[in-house]
Amino acid sequence: MATRLKDTDVVVIGLGAAGGIAVLPLAQAGLEVIGLEAGGAMTRRDFAPDEIRNNVRGWPMLTSHKTKQEAPTVRATAATDAVQGGHPMMNAVGGTSLHYWAQHWRLNPWDFKVVSETTRRYGASRVPKGSTVEDWPFGYDEIESYYDKIEYEVGVSGQAGNVNGKLDPRGNPFEGPRRRGYPMPPLRWTAFHEKMAGAARSLGWQPFPGPAAINSRSYQNRSGCMYHGFCNTGGCHVDAKNSTAVTTIPRAQATGRFAAVTGVIVTSINVDGEGRASGVTYMNNGEEFIQPAKVVLLACYTYENVRLLLLSRSAAYPKGLSNNHAQVGRHYFSHHTGAPVTALFPFDIKAWYGLPAQGVAVDNWADDNFDHSSLDFIGGCNLWAMSDRRPIAASGMSTFGIAPNWGSPWKAFIRQNADRAHGSYIQKTTLPYEDNFLDLDPVVKDPLGLPVIRITGEFKDNEQKIAMFAQDKMEQWYRAAGAIAVQRGPVGGPMAASTHAYGGTRMGDNRETNVVDRWGMSHEVPNLGILGGSVMGTSGAHNPTHTIQALAWRTADHIIKNWKSIGTTA
Amino acid sequence: MDEQPRVITRRDILRGAGLIGAAAVTTPVILLSTPAPAEPLVPAQVPAARTAIPALEAFENLTATEADLLEAVVDRLIPSDALGPGAKEARVAHYIDRALGGALASSRQAYAAGLSALDAYSRTSRGSSFLELSPTDRDAVLVDCEAGGATGFAGSSAPFFNMVLGHTRQGMFGDPYYGGNANFVGWDLLGYPGVRTLVSAADQKSLEANQLKPNRKSAYDYVGFTKATARHDTHDDSGDDTAAHESEPKERARGD
Repeated sequence: MATRLKDTDVVVIGLGAAGGIAVLPLAQAGLEVIGLEAGGAMTRRDFAPDEIRNNVRGWPMLTSHKTKQEAPTVRATAATDAVQGGHPMMNAVGGTSLHYWAQHWRLNPWDFKVVSETTRRYGASRVPKGSTVEDWPFGYDEIESYYDKIEYEVGVSGQAGNVNGKLDPRGNPFEGPRRRGYPMPPLRWTAFHEKMAGAARSLGWQPFPGPAAINSRSYQNRSGCMYHGFCNTGGCHVDAKNSTAVTTIPRAQATGRFAAVTGVIVTSINVDGEGRASGVTYMNNGEEFIQPAKVVLLACYTYENVRLLLLSRSAAYPKGLSNNHAQVGRHYFSHHTGAPVTALFPFDIKAWYGLPAQGVAVDNWADDNFDHSSLDFIGGCNLWAMSDRRPIAASGMSTFGIAPNWGSPWKAFIRQNADRAHGSYIQKTTLPYEDNFLDLDPVVKDPLGLPVIRITGEFKDNEQKIAMFAQDKMEQWYRAAGAIAVQRGPVGGPMAASTHAYGGTRMGDNRETNVVDRWGMSHEVPNLGILGGSVMGTSGAHNPTHTIQALAWRTADHIIKNWKSIGTTA
Repeated sequence: MDEQPRVITRRDILRGAGLIGAAAVTTPVILLSTPAPAEPLVPAQVPAARTAIPALEAFENLTATEADLLEAVVDRLIPSDALGPGAKEARVAHYIDRALGGALASSRQAYAAGLSALDAYSRTSRGSSFLELSPTDRDAVLVDCEAGGATGFAGSSAPFFNMVLGHTRQGMFGDPYYGGNANFVGWDLLGYPGVRTLVSAADQKSLEANQLKPNRKSAYDYVGFTKATARHDTHDDSGDDTAAHESEPKERARGD
């Protein structure tokens, strides 16, 4: 028998990068907010600089194994069998923002208008066949104020390239105009970063330091970065990484109107006779509870957002909540960040310390920043040369065909070269397609007996062509910096579970092709909002978290401004 | 099963620090034109402090025969040679043994079956137990294993080889807290200057000038990090943290 709890204004499912943002403006506006989180709280004492713990054995699931127990299955196409994959995210207060790389990019203006801009510049035939990409329902200008708000409320370091149309050669010349610079200067560069920047300039490119949700100096009474080298899948031992657990969530708690309930698994979003969301059902230590709410905000990761909607069936929504137009799970894609390039240099890079968010970016080949008239693809890549090295990972470096993988010759090789390899991180435009999608796996279930998500997806022709183009550019950059050997990873393949997963509850004005409206509210369920990468219809060539957080704050603002209509039972 | 952490004591660290400093490897060597000898080099090349390891400490999970075989295998994967200590001095087999009772428990059967198959393959292909083979013949057997050509394994021999190599690197280059990388010999081999909680701009400059002194500490020598976290997780990714960073394999652990 489920225990029915006291009514609240807003219940937020998931307190990670997205839900952890929305709770702050809602609580500050005077609403009573309850956040439900599968994990528990972790502190800086849990974040030891330990490669075995963080990187080899996976991020410690100290407080919850939920993601592992419901990891998606994966298949490239509907004609193949799905196999069990892993889950790259975690549950905790703050979610994966506790240990992510914290690269905090704005999308570029083109990313919001892929269809209309491609059509205008090259003709409609250049939009890839089979793609379901649409323009966003608004442009960059609409979201700029929220990007700015996140940069200051959460704390982002970086170098502006375009303030109100005035270009600054130290920053990204291709970024959309911003109202002001970042609140903190960029993370520092090493001698290798300076070398890579010089090499880029010698090619006529415009290198700049990338933005990071990491303090480059003390900010909001928290420390600046210590550059100790364990940031990749590591939490910050001085709270310099601006996860929601140390930024917005504590401030929401300070209002006295926000409470986090941890260690719970939400099993359904419930609806009333009118098809409005009435609250959620969750499990806590084997007991079932019902949390009634005037507004429900679904803020899990992409896979769990889609899964919970599909699991929440009712008379009003027989195919799953907000799925009467059969759009839940559609327009799914994961960011094409594979197809890497690795280089060997004839000198030590001195990369043992530092972090993946510290480095040199080049956007000359991103988005539509270059002319595609004579090319056979649209979109592009962000080139990123960072610092990231740890001993075990270093020992696994490629031997570039000049030594075996073990024995005395290998030992001689690794002794000389452990600090001489550099792996690129290249994010590439990825589009949604008709036959890449999420649904419930017909076989695999979690310990509660509920089906897990099944990913059906592969990188298509346009994505593969971008990848090969990107590898050419990256090799050119490495060679200009003095690399003596360069290797390329394979292009294409299935879309395994990713930390950059988009779509499934896409945002758009057309309710026939989108799950949420331009404010992030369900087209079908008026008091259900959805936060996270699942609402994004394009990826651009940059990390998604900044956009996810800007959208989360914007949806919260919309709910606050329209509380009388959204938060009141008709 | 509970994995009891074995903390490197301050005394252990001080004992290891003195001589290793002088042997720390930072200068480049000419590669491959003069292959290192296959025969393990002995004490003359290895500072005495590093051999002062309790040699007969009990294994916790492997049988005596399995432990002997594993010691012999890891000694060929990362040998002691002219360039310094190898997997044996790093106590790699002890790292693996302990992990098989905890985080790597799911690999316990693979070790039992694989080590047994390896020894049987030695007997059928080379006429005697792996333990009785010369270093050159041991290498030849391991080359067969790596290539998937060794018979007698359940399926290919390559997955077993790759698993052992992955775990060997963990034990050689991981934090000493887990029982390997004894006296920081693995980090010294790579030139890794050690775990720190703060790396200032001046420290980075000093590193770039080859003047940063190695910091021989485990993460858990720093006050304040909870140790329990190191043994609660039972995830086993078969020892493959081999990418230069986690950006592409399995689409996992991406930036943000």
